[in-house]
Amino acid sequence: MASTATTPPPSLVVKDAREKLSLFERLKKGDEATFLVTFASALSIIVVTCLLVQHLWIDSVLSRHAFGWKFLHTSTWDPVADQYGALPFIYGTVVTSFLALLLAVPVGIGAAIFLAELAPRRLSNVLTFMIELLAAVPSVIYGLLGIFVLLPILRDYVVPPLQKTLGFLPIFKGAFYGVSYFSAACVLAIMIVPFIVSISREVLLAVPQAQREAMMALGATKWDVTWKSVVPYAQRGMIGSVFLALARALGETMAVTMVIGNVPAIHASLLSPGYTIAAVIANEFTEATGDLYISALIELALVLFAVTMIINAIARLLLLGMKSQETTH
Amino acid sequence: MSRSYPPTYKKVINISMLTLTGLAALLVVSVLLFILGYLVWNGARSLNLNFFTKLPVPAGQEGGGMANAIVGSGKLLLLASAIGIPIGVLGGIYLAEFGKGPFSFAVRYTTDLLNGVPSIVIGIFVYSLIVLPQHHFSTFAGGVALGIMMIPIALRSTDEFLRAVPNTLREGGLALGASKAQTVLTIIIPAAMQGIVTGIMLNLARVAGETAPLLFTALGNQFWSPGWNGPSASLPVVIFNYAISPYEDWHRQAWAAGFVLLMGIFLTNIVARLLVSGRRSPARS
Repeated sequence: MASTATTPPPSLVVKDAREKLSLFERLKKGDEATFLVTFASALSIIVVTCLLVQHLWIDSVLSRHAFGWKFLHTSTWDPVADQYGALPFIYGTVVTSFLALLLAVPVGIGAAIFLAELAPRRLSNVLTFMIELLAAVPSVIYGLLGIFVLLPILRDYVVPPLQKTLGFLPIFKGAFYGVSYFSAACVLAIMIVPFIVSISREVLLAVPQAQREAMMALGATKWDVTWKSVVPYAQRGMIGSVFLALARALGETMAVTMVIGNVPAIHASLLSPGYTIAAVIANEFTEATGDLYISALIELALVLFAVTMIINAIARLLLLGMKSQETTH
Repeated sequence: MSRSYPPTYKKVINISMLTLTGLAALLVVSVLLFILGYLVWNGARSLNLNFFTKLPVPAGQEGGGMANAIVGSGKLLLLASAIGIPIGVLGGIYLAEFGKGPFSFAVRYTTDLLNGVPSIVIGIFVYSLIVLPQHHFSTFAGGVALGIMMIPIALRSTDEFLRAVPNTLREGGLALGASKAQTVLTIIIPAAMQGIVTGIMLNLARVAGETAPLLFTALGNQFWSPGWNGPSASLPVVIFNYAISPYEDWHRQAWAAGFVLLMGIFLTNIVARLLVSGRRSPARS
């Protein structure tokens, strides 16, 4: 080949050198290798989640085909006759979770307002740290305390006056043995309060100072400033924290299993024993015999998975909106 | 009538509502103190050397300990860390340093989903994935279940701490002629190391108390479980089984085990937070 023997300008030399890196040199720089390894790890998250959905779906096929949608709205749970209807568990899960929210939301939001708006920063940090420690207590320990501490307290000090004053309501009728929807809701409320407090506090702290000053300048009281100016601003994020707490409550297993009484029936009274989806899986799965029985339990897990996914997604959307609001100000 | 603003009723509402919020905070904190106090009081009383060195005895007999459950929990956590930490940390590095576009959005979103999956559902999943094909419960399956639970938290906390490293460090590394990988491995990760370690400690503290995923994977065991293929005892599952049993002596042991577990978790939490005190705490949920 005829060479023209002209040396190319220096910039081109550099470019050529980069293109002609040997395989060994490229490996030594490690960009591709690092990218591939980290990419594979990130991909494995998606793979694991897909596998999870696939396994739940396939393993519940027997029950899904045998009962169809009837599974969700019939209430016979009879392993002997191989009849499975999940309504008592769905009812129990919904009742305990919403009752827990009813108890936890006012306290949690109140505490968050105190920590974000009133308490001096240092005290607020210490208290928040303690409340976050509460979130680190394992659920089995809540169950242990539930059985041996909360149940006796409810039986001796809380339920008798409750029945005396509100006993005419159907939700407070009947004998109280300790284990009940109400006890489970109390334990759940204690477990989810830390989530509501710590997220709501963060959201409240992100409210711009001008929002407070504007109303303060008009002569409003501290409470009016907080309630009419700061809380509405942070509302979305606070609702997000409640949804996150709800998802926790729905999926909570051990503590609920230990205090709900494990009776697969629907009772109108909150003081009677019941069952939740997570609790029935925990109790019956290892002892389940027969493919249809196991398949029905796995379908319960699928239902629980689907519901918590939806609620989590709503919570994330609400909190996501909150964050973008922060950055635009 | 005074015409000053705010009017008296507003002042009354102000004081009473502010007091209520204070009481709410006090209530939540006092629950923590009560739990701590009660467990220390009941647990420390029931604790003795046998608890750490002896095997459980059959129901009805006095004495015995939980040596096998303590070792079992340790093995499960070790295996869980071996699975959850590398995948989570590497995935976090991908998101913070390489990832952009729809794929990294999908990874972030799935991570949040996986983090929100109830632990009992993870238990069922691993049962169907490992226990069913192998036809037996095992330490291995339990470790995998806990490992899967560790991945999302490890990933999100690594991602968050890496993002907190200032961009000037990345630019500095690249300007010196280092490749992207060299910059990340030798400059960015060491700068975020403290945070990543904290995230891992909090993560371990969280899965150490998980019970539900172990019920159908590691099951439980009255004896030692050598190797990784047999069913294994673990502290949380033993607490559950002992607490719902009718035996007084087992209840006592459940308190002791609860005390040991909770102290371990709290100490890990406190040390981890002290490590990053002053910085933003990593996402817990």
